[in-house]
Amino acid sequence: MKTAIDELLEKPHKGNLVYTAKDFKPNIDVRWCAGCGAISVLSPSQRLMPDLGIPKERIVYVSGIGCSGRFPYYMDTYGFHSIHGRALGIATGLKIARPDLSVWVVTGDGDNMSIGGNHFIHACRRNVDLNIMMFNNEVYSLTKGQYSPTSHRGQITKSSPLGALDDPFNPVSLALGAGATFVARGHDKDRTQLQQLLKRAHDHKGVSFVEIYTNCRIFNDGAFDLYTNAETRDDHTIFLEHGKPLIFGKTKNKGIILDGYTPKVVNLDQGEHSISDLLIHNEKDSTLAFILANMTYSEDLPRPMGVLQAIHRAPYEERVVNQIQNEIKTKGEGDLQSLLAGDTNWLVIAV
Amino acid sequence: MTKILEHLEEATIRFAGDSGDGMQLAGTQFSETSGFAGNEVNTFPDYPSEIRAPEGTLYGVSAFQVHFGTHNIHTSGDFIDVLIAMNASSLKVNLANLKKGGIIIANTEGFDTRNLTLAKYKSNPLEDGTLKDYEVHTLDITKELKVALKDVEVSSKLIDKTRNIFALGITYWLFHRPMEPTVNWINKKFKGKDDVVLANIHALRAGWNYAEKDAHFQRQYVVDRSPLPPGRYRNITGNEATALGLVVAARKANLPLFLGSYPITPATDILHAISGYKKYGVKHLQAEDEIAGICSAIGAAFGGSLAATTTSGPGLSLKTEAMGLAVMTELPLIVVDVQRAGPSTGIPTKTEQGDLLMGMFSRHGEAPMPILAASGSADCFDITLEAARIALKYMTPVLILSDGYIGQASEPWKIPSVNSLPEIKAYFTTDPSNFAPYKRDEETLRRQWAVPGFEGMEHRIGGLEKEDGSGNVSSDSLNHEKMVCLRQEKIERIANDIPELVVEGAQDGDLLLLSWGSTFGAAKTAFERLKAKDTPVSFANLRYMNPFPKNLGEILNRFQRVVIPELNMGQLKLLIQAKYLKPVIGISKIQGKPFKSVEIEEKLEGLLTQKEIII
Repeated sequence: MKTAIDELLEKPHKGNLVYTAKDFKPNIDVRWCAGCGAISVLSPSQRLMPDLGIPKERIVYVSGIGCSGRFPYYMDTYGFHSIHGRALGIATGLKIARPDLSVWVVTGDGDNMSIGGNHFIHACRRNVDLNIMMFNNEVYSLTKGQYSPTSHRGQITKSSPLGALDDPFNPVSLALGAGATFVARGHDKDRTQLQQLLKRAHDHKGVSFVEIYTNCRIFNDGAFDLYTNAETRDDHTIFLEHGKPLIFGKTKNKGIILDGYTPKVVNLDQGEHSISDLLIHNEKDSTLAFILANMTYSEDLPRPMGVLQAIHRAPYEERVVNQIQNEIKTKGEGDLQSLLAGDTNWLVIAV
Repeated sequence: MTKILEHLEEATIRFAGDSGDGMQLAGTQFSETSGFAGNEVNTFPDYPSEIRAPEGTLYGVSAFQVHFGTHNIHTSGDFIDVLIAMNASSLKVNLANLKKGGIIIANTEGFDTRNLTLAKYKSNPLEDGTLKDYEVHTLDITKELKVALKDVEVSSKLIDKTRNIFALGITYWLFHRPMEPTVNWINKKFKGKDDVVLANIHALRAGWNYAEKDAHFQRQYVVDRSPLPPGRYRNITGNEATALGLVVAARKANLPLFLGSYPITPATDILHAISGYKKYGVKHLQAEDEIAGICSAIGAAFGGSLAATTTSGPGLSLKTEAMGLAVMTELPLIVVDVQRAGPSTGIPTKTEQGDLLMGMFSRHGEAPMPILAASGSADCFDITLEAARIALKYMTPVLILSDGYIGQASEPWKIPSVNSLPEIKAYFTTDPSNFAPYKRDEETLRRQWAVPGFEGMEHRIGGLEKEDGSGNVSSDSLNHEKMVCLRQEKIERIANDIPELVVEGAQDGDLLLLSWGSTFGAAKTAFERLKAKDTPVSFANLRYMNPFPKNLGEILNRFQRVVIPELNMGQLKLLIQAKYLKPVIGISKIQGKPFKSVEIEEKLEGLLTQKEIII
């Protein structure tokens, strides 16, 4: 059952497949504020594209509303700037209809955790092969500074002048709880690391969720300084690497052990603990992923960065195709005329 | 014993009982068999919102009405000739619609003290003279079944489950219907369950034999074949026809079909049907909510599918923002609204035409989109093909208004040959050198369409205002006004591409009866009855609600008075008065039920005796 789309897509790619980052920069001014964290995600994205080895016409960026929503305009690929919270709905339909595409979703903490929260949890459980980049700046910026679902309790914003009363979502825990197969966290001050994480997200078959701390200079400046600035980040974050012990600190002198199910910081300089005591990261271990994700808001523990979980489950769009193919294999390709005829019909003959 | 055979032009039968009594099944079989017997048929399933309402209650009555005849069957029948009442409540709620002298076949098991109390009867209506104006047949179906099936080894539980089939057997005798279609259906449906097949076939024949032998059944009726155009026919509901229309439209357009939908009464049957069409290559997503339903369809449309979303009133409310996005991004999309009684949750299983103005105006900003209204169950097929043609030719979302009545009712449908249906064209731009996403076709104002995968045409679209031609984001004031006008003009130009409205009867004069959507059946019947009485009324039916047919204004001006019956407070009336400044006489009915043709007929007769213009 070949359609016009199948035929058009069978045409071989004519142009050169060797790209540079420049090939993904459209001739348009970037209108984010100077120093915006989102800009720091744009260049790793443009640099990543040539590494993917896919024709650029097969790449689509879909966004919702918010500062992050502008992202597709700055990538010279196909793009869809949709409506508030609904990028995942659109991306889901697109990927199911067109499994050949590399589909990226660009969203924010308001877009994805608030108005689009329902679509987010269902995208996670459904495991459509989408790469979700969530720019988390812990504030609504495009509406000029209200607290968001990731703002911390007590945060002073224009709509919480006396402090926000809500507790925040922990996005990576939410993603894990909803069944996401790939969950990672990066930030805007380490573009190389970010590019690596985005590459991992792309390579993962199934839904990939990458939470990206992006500083908003205007409405929430410095929100992530502790975790992203060169002077403090080594002591306040831990970069997770598969199969490696959880070690951190400027001098790599601290590590994480598990006390029961509770992670604890130990000092490796004092002779009491050595590297061999430390927890070893395993991306395939879902239980561990929950434990690590829950370190996020603990004041005593470093904030986990990197890939928390990468497990395999068949992507949804693949299951859709398989179901169709199995049905055709067992029953044969459907004959439209007999579908119209239905189970019961009768002949009226001319009298 | 000699029985009398009488010929009838038409008849209406209603099967009524508890939600669990199998009345929908009996009614469906009766309508299938009537179609098979060559009649015109129109049905009306009428059931409560509750899945299994408490037994015996007035609000738990489930009914299925079949109107069949030799000529001009456009509605499910105003009044009932034959009522099957499986219990006291089903008699009580339906008696008012039974013709004087009509036939009641009552199952006495449902008239015990408990059932009479639940139906709020103080005494047994079968015995107290309440029914003296009717021909009443009373019997204990279980008792009769036990006698008839005494030599067949079936459990008493199975006997309970075949009471509806026994009642069906009686009606087959009464209307001299063949039993083969139902016997074949039973064999197919219960294949492998020999005892079930046996019990049902015996029950059907037992019902027939009961009436044949019973002295009280003296008269059999014959409704002659209709002079239908030759061809192969089947019965079809509006929802089935819509589902088939989507599959066929995609095939004719040579595009993959994608349905993004969320379960909602009474539209869900479309989702059910499409989800079973995997071997036709159809993709569907049962989304997490109505919004994701339409958004996934928009995403699929962006990727080059013929995409659709199906819903009912509350769902349409939720989809409105995304419909605006489809208007702005100018993507082809079919939105099907099977209207139901609102506002809010309203009466989910009951019909209404309350969403026309929502279809026209619910989106914020100036967001015009074409609206088509199906005028009957079978018409849902044609209207869906037409929606696909318009969506692709004009690059626009299209709203189809169906409703709970035609969505669930069935009528015979002449099965078209897929090959002879016209092709539908998708207009892709394949030349990158000439591509700009908002460059337009001069005639239709359709924007160019390139989908991901087309080399050299990478571009971005979205909900922000576009610069004319390039499609770049623009907040320039004059450009905005121009784009608003272009989007409006594009929809208006569709009027050049749709059939003109046809008036039946005199082409000018005093009264024009104008129907739209499912009101067609009752209005057409009223018109034909008045015509038969030489009453000077003309008739037209609107299927294109936005834009209207080009000649509508001119037609309206040829008549002194225009009458529009609607299952709402006068929504088409408002649109027509606003657009053409032509006073309209509205007939409103908001009872969750379709019009009876007599309601329209009487109103028109009243108007003809008073010549002044009433608004």
